[in-house]
Amino acid sequence: VSIEIRSAPHIKGPRTVEQIMRHVVWSLMPICAFFVFQYGLSALASLVVVTASCLATERFFVRRGGQSGDISDFSAVITGLLLALSLPPGFPLWMGAVAGCVAIALGKALFGGIGFNVFNPALIGRAFVQAAFPQAIATYTPSFLPGRFYELIPSSMALPLMQPASITEWLKAKQFDALAGATPLAKWKFEGVLANAEELLTSLSGHMAVGPSPVLILVCGAYLALRRFMDWRIPAAILGSAGLTAWLLFAFDGTRYPNPFFMMFSGGLILGAVYMATDMATSPVTPKGMWVYGALIGLLTVIIRYYSGLPEGVMYAILLANAATPLIEKITQPTPFGKRALAGLGRARKGASYTLHPGYISREDASAVTPKKRFLPNKPKQKDRES
Amino acid sequence: MKILSYFRGEAFQRGVHPPSCKLTAGTRIRRLPFPPRVIVPLSQHIGKVPHPIVKVGQEVVRGEPIARTEDWLSVPHHAPVTGVVEFIGLRPGVRGPWVESIVIRAHPGATQQDLWGQPRDLATASSSDILQAIWDTGMVGLGGAAFPTHAKLTVPKQAKVHTLVVNGCECEPYLTCDHRVMVEQADDLVTGIRYAMRATGAVRAIVGIEDNKRDARDAVRAAIEKAGKLPEGEIFAELVPTKYPQGSEKMLIMALFGVEIPAGGLPVSLGMVVNNVGTLAALGRLLPAGRGLTERVVTITGPGVAKPGDYIVPLGTPLRFVLDYAGAPGADARQVILGGPMMGQAAASLDVSITKGVSGVLVMHGAALSRREAPKTYPCIKCAECVESCPMGLNPSQLGMLAAKREYDLMGSQYHLGECFECGCCSYVCPSNIPLVQQFRVAKQILREKAIAKS
Repeated sequence: VSIEIRSAPHIKGPRTVEQIMRHVVWSLMPICAFFVFQYGLSALASLVVVTASCLATERFFVRRGGQSGDISDFSAVITGLLLALSLPPGFPLWMGAVAGCVAIALGKALFGGIGFNVFNPALIGRAFVQAAFPQAIATYTPSFLPGRFYELIPSSMALPLMQPASITEWLKAKQFDALAGATPLAKWKFEGVLANAEELLTSLSGHMAVGPSPVLILVCGAYLALRRFMDWRIPAAILGSAGLTAWLLFAFDGTRYPNPFFMMFSGGLILGAVYMATDMATSPVTPKGMWVYGALIGLLTVIIRYYSGLPEGVMYAILLANAATPLIEKITQPTPFGKRALAGLGRARKGASYTLHPGYISREDASAVTPKKRFLPNKPKQKDRES
Repeated sequence: MKILSYFRGEAFQRGVHPPSCKLTAGTRIRRLPFPPRVIVPLSQHIGKVPHPIVKVGQEVVRGEPIARTEDWLSVPHHAPVTGVVEFIGLRPGVRGPWVESIVIRAHPGATQQDLWGQPRDLATASSSDILQAIWDTGMVGLGGAAFPTHAKLTVPKQAKVHTLVVNGCECEPYLTCDHRVMVEQADDLVTGIRYAMRATGAVRAIVGIEDNKRDARDAVRAAIEKAGKLPEGEIFAELVPTKYPQGSEKMLIMALFGVEIPAGGLPVSLGMVVNNVGTLAALGRLLPAGRGLTERVVTITGPGVAKPGDYIVPLGTPLRFVLDYAGAPGADARQVILGGPMMGQAAASLDVSITKGVSGVLVMHGAALSRREAPKTYPCIKCAECVESCPMGLNPSQLGMLAAKREYDLMGSQYHLGECFECGCCSYVCPSNIPLVQQFRVAKQILREKAIAKS
């Protein structure tokens, strides 16, 4: 009999990287379906092209060697889908392909592949095209256009390296004015028109130029959080912090600042909070750090939206917080078991079966190591003892 | 599903829930016959290695002392079988290197009755008399750590112990020996608890049992009731949530009392002493008769065993004999683990023997292992699973990255590596399949060696 010698533990939990990534992809499927339902063929083409571009780039860099992971781990699929969801549906496909390529090459492969990226790759790709094609990325089209399942939005099919055709004419033919293509955030920022928060939640009413329904994203995110494929703290912290900041400003000057619900449900905040900020490699591992990281994103988002020239701030907020992640981790290391008791901060858990009566504690050790605060509440103060 | 744990009132934060696989929880303890030869390694625990007091060719009876020591942190050994000392010298050890051992050839047909003993009256014995009697039994912690029991029950000067915590958690998957001992030897356990309370001066004893072993709790409660009112104080049997590593003394105390043992401290700093149920049940049986520890209950189980069960195994029985008896399919057995699957030690050879600290023999065959080997190793994706599962509240993700860069000093000084007790939760949950606890073991060893070199 030949036996093997290995070091404990000899059993392994069921979770693998592929499993986590696969579940994230599955949970994105309803959101992608809704996106296609909203914008039709163009959205579908955008999802397919961007994801394919990400996968091809990933494959290229993995084949070249020097980095771990493969397209079989589904992480590039997540990057592609999220990137496509964050772009306007009528975004020229060739620009989408560039975005996907840049996302993987500069956002991931440059750092060494899966697990090593400092920034969320999808947002790197988006930031690149935002800088390179500012016109195209600001051009939204109204959702639920008639005939969206039969024809592409004309800008989608722009030839590579060519500017896309203007969609104003195309919209006019469909009896929409150019303003109909502005996102609620842009409308608020540049025209001062506020959209209704309830309408934003479902994305279903009218022809709003918005992304997939925030409610749907929250439901899919809740599934991931319950199965523990995502940490619930980060979205909770982001939404809490963004809502609180917006509410404070709203309370300060209700005419100048929109109500907090508009802030939370408009733009890409929900998608960013649930799917992009929670990217494992770029968010802190410490529980306390997750709260700090989320709070930072929420705060930055509102600040950028209110005080910068851009209508949308989620992307830069997340990228900035990504950069701050190592620092956040450093200052929020967890307190090891027993260190809290040393610092005198330990508090007995409620509902313990047995209590520790102060008189039980041995005298020598009570003064040496046990937290005085808890075990000896009636202990005379230092001053009294000396006198 | 960590959110649910807040509602369930988990005992301690974090930890993992591996599949329990307690195949043998319902079968009675059986007795293993004597092997033709037993091999008793002299070094089975910390402290100085006991020296043999028998000669080659000498006849010994079961229970007779064969090795003695003067070191307080070491214990004597007793002959597990009646027979002839055949050899004293090097034999294969569990970890690989050969170790000094006594080989005894068993007389065919020898009885398993203990033939040697010095009955003593402990009814009025003082604490130090009881400790001396415990030392003479050669008892060590049967839970796996094999720390000499008399030393563990010795209360440091000026410290005062009020509570004896009896550890019946058995949180390791597969193992059921403590469970069966509690069910079948509850009276011995109560007797042992009484001796331990008198040795330590504790005024109450609490048996902590994981809530997947309710029958054990009921058996212990029945034995406590049967014993009636005790002069030593009260004994309780309490259920604690089932969770790995509940059997760690720090976690058990957290579950029972809701307090953390200060870092670097022992339970005695909170006035507690923790002992394993198997140890105390054996004490309850051995102490009044003044016998030595010659056998222990071992769980022989795993996917590779045909007749899994809890067996009373004479100490020194070679693994090969144990496995033949339990019907392990030899050809398919790929790994033999002494102890549980989370913290057990893989045996280097089938010629090593069952020692005092072996609570289980786990045989894994190819199919069970292949699932573990299949997933490839990824870089850390910082999913924070390990941080969420570390019962000591460390940051295994960060420690793992530092270990890969061999930054051992930083691990020890800034990231509390010393607090790690190698429970293996981090490696168990890691989706990237990174051998975290394995790296920490190396790092701790290197730091220990550095500390020795410095002093």
